[in-house]
Amino acid sequence: MPRRVLAIWCARLAIDRWRLGEGLAPGEGADAAPLALIAETAHGPRIAAANAPGRAAGAAPGMMLADARTLCPTLAVAPADPAGDLAFLERLAIWAQRWGPGSALDPPDGLIVDISGVAHLFGGERALLADARAAFARRRLTVRLAVAPTAGAAWALAHHGPDDAILRPRDDPAARLADLPVAALRLDDATITVLRRLGLKRLGDLHGVARAALVRRFRDRRSPAANPLIRMDQLLGRVPEPLLPVIAVEPPLVQRRLLEPIRHRDLLDRVVADLAGDMARRLESRALGARRLELGLWRVDGEVIVRVLELAAPSREAGHIAGLFGRKLDDVDAGFGIELVRLRAPWTEPFALAQGDFEAAAETHGTSLAACIDRLTVRLGAGAVRRPVPRASHLPERAQGWQGPLEPEKPLQDTFEFHDRPLKLLDRVEPIAVIYETPDGLPRRFRWRGQVHEITRAEGPERIAPEWWRERSSTRLRDYYRIEDGAGRRYWIYRLGLIGDGRGGVPGWFLQGICG
Amino acid sequence: MFERCDSMPDLPFATVLPPPGQSALQAAEWRPGNRGEGAAHTEIFATADHGAGAALALAFALDRIDPADDRMWLWVQDREALRRTGRPYRPGLPRGLRHRLIHVAAKSAEDALFALEEGLRCRDLAFVIGEIAGNPRALDFTASRRFSLAVERHGVPFWLVRLDARRDLSSARMRWHVEPAASPPPRWNPQAPGHPAWRAELFRARGHPPGEWLLRGDAAARLDGTGPEGAGLLAERVDGAAQAGALARCPAAS
Repeated sequence: MPRRVLAIWCARLAIDRWRLGEGLAPGEGADAAPLALIAETAHGPRIAAANAPGRAAGAAPGMMLADARTLCPTLAVAPADPAGDLAFLERLAIWAQRWGPGSALDPPDGLIVDISGVAHLFGGERALLADARAAFARRRLTVRLAVAPTAGAAWALAHHGPDDAILRPRDDPAARLADLPVAALRLDDATITVLRRLGLKRLGDLHGVARAALVRRFRDRRSPAANPLIRMDQLLGRVPEPLLPVIAVEPPLVQRRLLEPIRHRDLLDRVVADLAGDMARRLESRALGARRLELGLWRVDGEVIVRVLELAAPSREAGHIAGLFGRKLDDVDAGFGIELVRLRAPWTEPFALAQGDFEAAAETHGTSLAACIDRLTVRLGAGAVRRPVPRASHLPERAQGWQGPLEPEKPLQDTFEFHDRPLKLLDRVEPIAVIYETPDGLPRRFRWRGQVHEITRAEGPERIAPEWWRERSSTRLRDYYRIEDGAGRRYWIYRLGLIGDGRGGVPGWFLQGICG
Repeated sequence: MFERCDSMPDLPFATVLPPPGQSALQAAEWRPGNRGEGAAHTEIFATADHGAGAALALAFALDRIDPADDRMWLWVQDREALRRTGRPYRPGLPRGLRHRLIHVAAKSAEDALFALEEGLRCRDLAFVIGEIAGNPRALDFTASRRFSLAVERHGVPFWLVRLDARRDLSSARMRWHVEPAASPPPRWNPQAPGHPAWRAELFRARGHPPGEWLLRGDAAARLDGTGPEGAGLLAERVDGAAQAGALARCPAAS
């Protein structure tokens, strides 16, 4: 069976998406006036796409917005959304599997569909193309279509050939495509420039040159996009070009439609427990564990209440999940009743099958760390349960960062520990009044929180300079002292600045740390 | 190991209930490195103008846990304790513990008690330290009883630091009051503060008579492997007959 490939080029994808988002027909409303989608670059806004009136007025993709404005002062702008375009293209690739079993992305704005042995279901390739054209027209997307024996040939015809071109299996692609420009080979701009300088402007020109000469000219180009010979071989079908298929992954989903809308909490708890059990079985069948779960409650009046749960480690323990959701359902307003409850797991991770851990086991043997962290996080919030990690800074308060309790620690070069550090650091340093030997001697006595401490022993100063690459030039240095008062209480205090350093008046003293 | 080697002083033995199967003499004296009496539920009273409470809890923990144990540990603070005495600072924690800390900053005392109880029921935690300021209504005798039961059931050692608190009713197995003490002068700079020292009073305990000790954390020596085995804490009696340095070093096999 000959291979047949359908190439789809959404020629105006970004503009079509913008128009769909605004709910406009082509040439209607804001689309009737010149408009451009812009991307912010280091040198200012640059045009990513322009609609038909905009292109007629002179705005072209790649142009700086300021240049386009001089040509057309009334040019309206909207932000471009390349990530959204790619996500849209992915969904379109799934949808395009109506014409063939496998489809692949051709970023930024194309699709490749494998339609080998499928065309007769639509009544021939001509009818298939008509069907596709009608389907895209219903979605208000501008497309160019082509069918050919290879992906390269189909792409070349879709981008540079006539509309709805079909290259039959018995045609000679080298002869039929000889008039297309070399840009039809899917090459990058630098290679096209090289070919143009060599005088090779059409595909037919490449056949006129001895192959050995071209091999020598491009011998160090390994990437297909930079080597016209590889691209030409792919186009002619001499080397295989596998397609990377797009496969839809459905997140595990379980739901209950309720015959009688429920309004009471205990019934809702029971439904959630049932759903958690269903979800656990579904996850177990796929050897997955949930990291994020979304519980949607559809009310009779159309309102949707969503509760999201994130787990510290993949889990599919029904009792655990139901218990965690139980704490989040306290403030649900059932209104006239809830008629549909749906539980989704949008984020899952592989989780091997294991011996089930029952609540009774947790009661006797204790909970696991992940379950404990989950319970703490659900009640106290993710910001309250954290672990300290070192950070590359010599400022004491910046040398420690906080992250989630089960995230792995980032590797960091170990620091020299020449000086003792206090056990605890105050979140806000507290100003203290200190009697000390001016200009920069040891402190003798200080007052803190209304109490006077006589300093009997002190060690210092340990001078810590400000991080000049991050802070203002007027930031003062700190001289740290480890001190102990008459009662044996140990603190870590510092003097901010020096007398006469030109960065402020009399130096202030602050208490930052409390030693053990 | 360190313990009293002289004859027992006159102590109020009548108030002490020795555990079954032990004679009064064996049960008498608290000493560091004593791991034999099951899980610990200990309360440490301290004022909030120094860090001795948390430091002593850490010293007790180092004294008790197995150095090869690399499970995480939990430190729970309520908002008031965090405001008064600050947040744990990783470079200042003992070297073997600093990478295993999970810190919980609870908004209220109720949340802190919840977090502590969850921690005590977790088998993957090496120990739990709590810091609660004042005498919140939620921390009554029932709550402390729940802690005692959870500690006995799951075997996770637990030290609760009570900052600026009244000595209220509690079921803790040991209750200490701690004040900082002058630290021993370091060898190379006698003018500098040395390793921390505390004056700790054991005012209520099951199985031990009350007493007052001068304690010194020896965490560095132990974790570097240079100290005597099992000695996370150096202790010296300071009250009663034990004045004038009546304590001496005894062999570790005590």
